[in-house]
Amino acid sequence: MPEPMSAPAALPLWWVVVLPFLLVAVAAAVVAADASLTARARGARADVLLPVREAGRLLVGQRRRTVAADSVLWRAGGAVLPVAAVLAGVVLPLGLRPVADLSVGVVWFNAMEVLAWAAVWMVGWGPNSALGLVGGYRFVAQGLAYELPHMFAIITAALGAESLRPTDIVAAQRGLWFVVIMPVAFVVYLISATAMAFWGPFDAPVGRDVAGGAAAELSGVDRLVFAGGRRLLLVVAVALAVPLFLGGGAGPWLPAWLWVAVKTAVLLALVLLVRRRFPTIRADRFTEVAWIVLVPLTIVQALVVALLVLNRGGAG
Amino acid sequence: MTVLFWILAVVAVVAGFAVFRLNSMAQVTFALLASFLAVAGLVMLLGLGYLGVVIVLMMVIEMVIMAVFMVMYMMNPAGLMPMAMYHNKSGSMAIAVGTFAVLAAGILLTDWPTRRGAPAPDQTFALGEALMGGQMLTMMTLGVTLFATIVGTVVLATARGRYDRFGDDLDRRRADDPAGGGPG
Repeated sequence: MPEPMSAPAALPLWWVVVLPFLLVAVAAAVVAADASLTARARGARADVLLPVREAGRLLVGQRRRTVAADSVLWRAGGAVLPVAAVLAGVVLPLGLRPVADLSVGVVWFNAMEVLAWAAVWMVGWGPNSALGLVGGYRFVAQGLAYELPHMFAIITAALGAESLRPTDIVAAQRGLWFVVIMPVAFVVYLISATAMAFWGPFDAPVGRDVAGGAAAELSGVDRLVFAGGRRLLLVVAVALAVPLFLGGGAGPWLPAWLWVAVKTAVLLALVLLVRRRFPTIRADRFTEVAWIVLVPLTIVQALVVALLVLNRGGAG
Repeated sequence: MTVLFWILAVVAVVAGFAVFRLNSMAQVTFALLASFLAVAGLVMLLGLGYLGVVIVLMMVIEMVIMAVFMVMYMMNPAGLMPMAMYHNKSGSMAIAVGTFAVLAAGILLTDWPTRRGAPAPDQTFALGEALMGGQMLTMMTLGVTLFATIVGTVVLATARGRYDRFGDDLDRRRADDPAGGGPG
């Protein structure tokens, strides 16, 4: 097996063009899987072409206009969501190498993720609609409750590898996957990654009780961009758990890229399953859980990992 | 590199000045954010990856929170009517433009010394060592002070304290909260 350090660190430049299509394909697969499960639960026939059909329908649909809308922020917010997701995706190691091997990769990833905050608020604010605004505020109000445990979970993995570079974090797990020494960080990461994409039980910002919340006034291509961007963000956020905690492309027999795909698929399936099992969590209740339970847990987890690193003579 | 510098520099200045021209609080907030993001790009161009990315991270969080507070304190809560800033707009514009002119003139007129020494091989590591090595005590004091300020502000701002939740003698078993549930 070649040393990861001696291999060229980043994928060839043409991957910049491939990456968005790859992520969109994965997001479409997630939508198809989710829709098939729903169809089966209803006793209907599964429809794997549903994302394509739905995208086509939205593309020809009319864009809704509202009175006194702030269209600059409204459209900009929708566009930021998928762009931020793809930009975050450039540091994901697809196999052994990412599209861009940044030395501060995980911080970059987090910075792109929080753009979703601004995006959802802008989309909620833009149409001059009360329900949209309620949805946007729901997300922003939860922001720190999501972001702090998320940040601590990411930093714990970086601490274990003594590097902010995703490929270094993968390389540091050659002996032992980080999920073994930092299980709390792994679970908290998955929870908060789902929450950052306002998915699963954290979908209050686009909840049915506020008629779709931030997405209430979206139709046609705007809805496609927003809903697609949200799924891209979910895919990317969940996919980073693989290099952070599950050893990246490490595994027997299969090539690295296939292991990354398999592990990502398993995690995405888990996230879909959780969404179907749990109802939407009330926002104020989760805030309390995040501050009283998750933040202290992740801090203790980071402390334990720091002691392990010091014990093996790291941080010299 | 030079092209990128000029694009980012122009975006930073134009978006910064747009704060005085736009008439919606929300748009002003995000114009300021665009200006900060352009500055973050400039910092990254200098080769300071970590600082640049952290500026993006902190500024996005900060400006979104700012948007919430601006809307909260605004006279027109709907906020979508034209909403210029009326509080001494000309004065603040004069200060902002004046500061920019003085700083820019200073940068252009200073006789800069030639560079001695070389940047550290790992900028992020050097930064961490500078902050948490020699300046550890300063940073720790700063951190604790800021944290105490946050806690103090929340305590002052909240209408309900522990006596409301647990009774005058703090002997109530379950907290009396307007929205029940949760761990504490």
